[in-house]
Amino acid sequence: MSFYRIWAIARKEFIQILRDVRSLIMAFLFPIVLIFLFSYAITLDIKQIPTAIIDYSNTDYSRELIRRFTNSQYFVEKNRPTSEKELQSLIDYGKVKVGIVISPDFADGLNRGGASIQTITDGSDANTSQSTLAYTSLIVSEYNLSRLQNSLGARMATTPIQANVRFWYNPDLNSQNFLVPGLISLIMTILGSLLASLTIAREWERGTMELLISTPLKPVELALGKLLPYYLIGMVDLLLAAYIGIVVFGVPFTGNLWTLALFSTFFLMAALSIGYLISVTLKSQQAAFQISLLTSFLPGFLLSGFLFPISSMPFVIQAVSLIVPGRYFISALRGLFLKGSTLQQLLPEALALLLFGSVFALLAIIKFRKKIQ
Amino acid sequence: MTVYAVQVTNLRRQFGDFVAVNNVSFEVEKGEIFGFLGPNGAGKSTTIRMLCGLLLPSGGQGEVVGYDLMKESESIKTKIGYMSQKFSLYQTLTVEENLDFYAGIYLMNRDVHAQKKDEFFTQTELGKVRGRLVADLPVGARQLLALLCAIQHDPEMIFLDEPTAGVDPLARRYFWEQINHLSERNVTVFVTTHYLDEAEECDRIAMIFNGKLAAIGEPDVLKRTRFPGRVYSVQTDHPWDTADQLRTATGVADVTLFGSELHATLKPNVEVAAVLQSLPNHLRSTVTATELVPTLEDLFIALTREELQ
Repeated sequence: MSFYRIWAIARKEFIQILRDVRSLIMAFLFPIVLIFLFSYAITLDIKQIPTAIIDYSNTDYSRELIRRFTNSQYFVEKNRPTSEKELQSLIDYGKVKVGIVISPDFADGLNRGGASIQTITDGSDANTSQSTLAYTSLIVSEYNLSRLQNSLGARMATTPIQANVRFWYNPDLNSQNFLVPGLISLIMTILGSLLASLTIAREWERGTMELLISTPLKPVELALGKLLPYYLIGMVDLLLAAYIGIVVFGVPFTGNLWTLALFSTFFLMAALSIGYLISVTLKSQQAAFQISLLTSFLPGFLLSGFLFPISSMPFVIQAVSLIVPGRYFISALRGLFLKGSTLQQLLPEALALLLFGSVFALLAIIKFRKKIQ
Repeated sequence: MTVYAVQVTNLRRQFGDFVAVNNVSFEVEKGEIFGFLGPNGAGKSTTIRMLCGLLLPSGGQGEVVGYDLMKESESIKTKIGYMSQKFSLYQTLTVEENLDFYAGIYLMNRDVHAQKKDEFFTQTELGKVRGRLVADLPVGARQLLALLCAIQHDPEMIFLDEPTAGVDPLARRYFWEQINHLSERNVTVFVTTHYLDEAEECDRIAMIFNGKLAAIGEPDVLKRTRFPGRVYSVQTDHPWDTADQLRTATGVADVTLFGSELHATLKPNVEVAAVLQSLPNHLRSTVTATELVPTLEDLFIALTREELQ
């Protein structure tokens, strides 16, 4: 094995990437766009839900309740319809997601101890409906408690059980804290598998491989030289994504930076090897791109725990997720960013990634033939 | 030490049912310029690819630069240079970057390579475009660059697959100067070509038709020994009528008009006097015939015909 040859290949590949606008976009612009898109647009915690309120009661009691709804950060009153029919039309046209109806006998009911309000949500948006249910219960029970305290005095009115739920590692349940580490994995999957899947196929397609395989170049030198630039780009993307996550979105980083670099190296080795194996096998850029989209990007997106928790997937899908490298990387990244995990705690993830990397790299190098078929 | 740079017996390559190279045997001597001729699809490129270790033969055996074709193709690759028929340098790299890249792959010494590049850039037109992307070069310059990439690491043997296709005559001259220069330094040159004037410059040539070797030897010897009949230049006052008459005459294989002069190729063992006798009187009186040495083109056409029959 000669480092001069590896360097010659790496240098050539690097020049080609820098002169190819498509590669540059994939390598640098795409990751940044992805981070901003996911972090701004897709927020998993629901706030400022557009709400319409019908207050048939129109009493101090009902107004107090409404104030509690609108003063929370969860609901924004958009409209004050006068009838349920009008409310329905607002929901149908998507002007509001939630309707709150306070009945005319609300105040009477309160005094008799049996008042109710009706909350209508747009069930076609399941996430928002779930949150509405939770927030409504919360606001109503706070209202109940404060009424009890008013009438009985604060000392008398206590709830028998108080559930103290603490959110460790992400106390504000900030979804960016949850998304950014996953995004790093997704970006590296795209970079590793998609870009690497094109490199050998491109040489066959453009006819440059014929000359390359007439030289004493060894398959392992070709693989290392080809993948080195993508590894470096991957590490730059890691820094870029981590920087944006930490500085722009305030995601905490509690782990060790070197451990992060180590895990990224392991994961890139796995992702690049898979991409390279596809490239070596298929010899056509189009086919390689599609296959790597199917075998790397989609599982990396859907089965890695990036958005959807693996523990709530059906058993078979959970088993399939075991062979998705992203699963281990995301788990390690969340540990490093949010939980301050140490390498020792993340050893199983490290070993899994290392195993993927070695197996696929070995397969790719064996599979590559310096022959025209 | 073997005197042969290439020695193959019954070399064969099939693609499915199609036999591209059909049990070909030949030798190439060290330091000679060996021309490989044949029509398109005759098996020239397939043969070259097998000799370079790019394509595994379906059968046969042989050695190239002292290494076994079947088992030691990676060793062969350390000693050869190859210029493929289809342009295969990097179009998004500059002229100099391509040279640097292949110098790196062949582990060339940095100083030696710098000197080589200087030499190339002062001697050829590539000096003016050394920083230009290969995609922007005309065909001639690209072919020249491909040649330099194949020879810059001083290989023992080079394989050139139609190196001068699409190259203008002046650049072709330079190509052949380089090829002769290499041969003087005892580098073996294996070259395929369509240009028969180029074939004349080879020490020995082989002609391949439909995957089979039809002739092999020195060009001048082949013209005399492998040519099936004799060629005559026929002078006459009535070239058109005479040509028509000769075409139908028995014993004549081929007639070509060159202005007022005819070239007539006779079938084997036919005397020219007998043919002229068969002409009508008014034509026969103005005719004189002198024997010509057949050109490689005559030979090539004759062998192609033979193959077709």
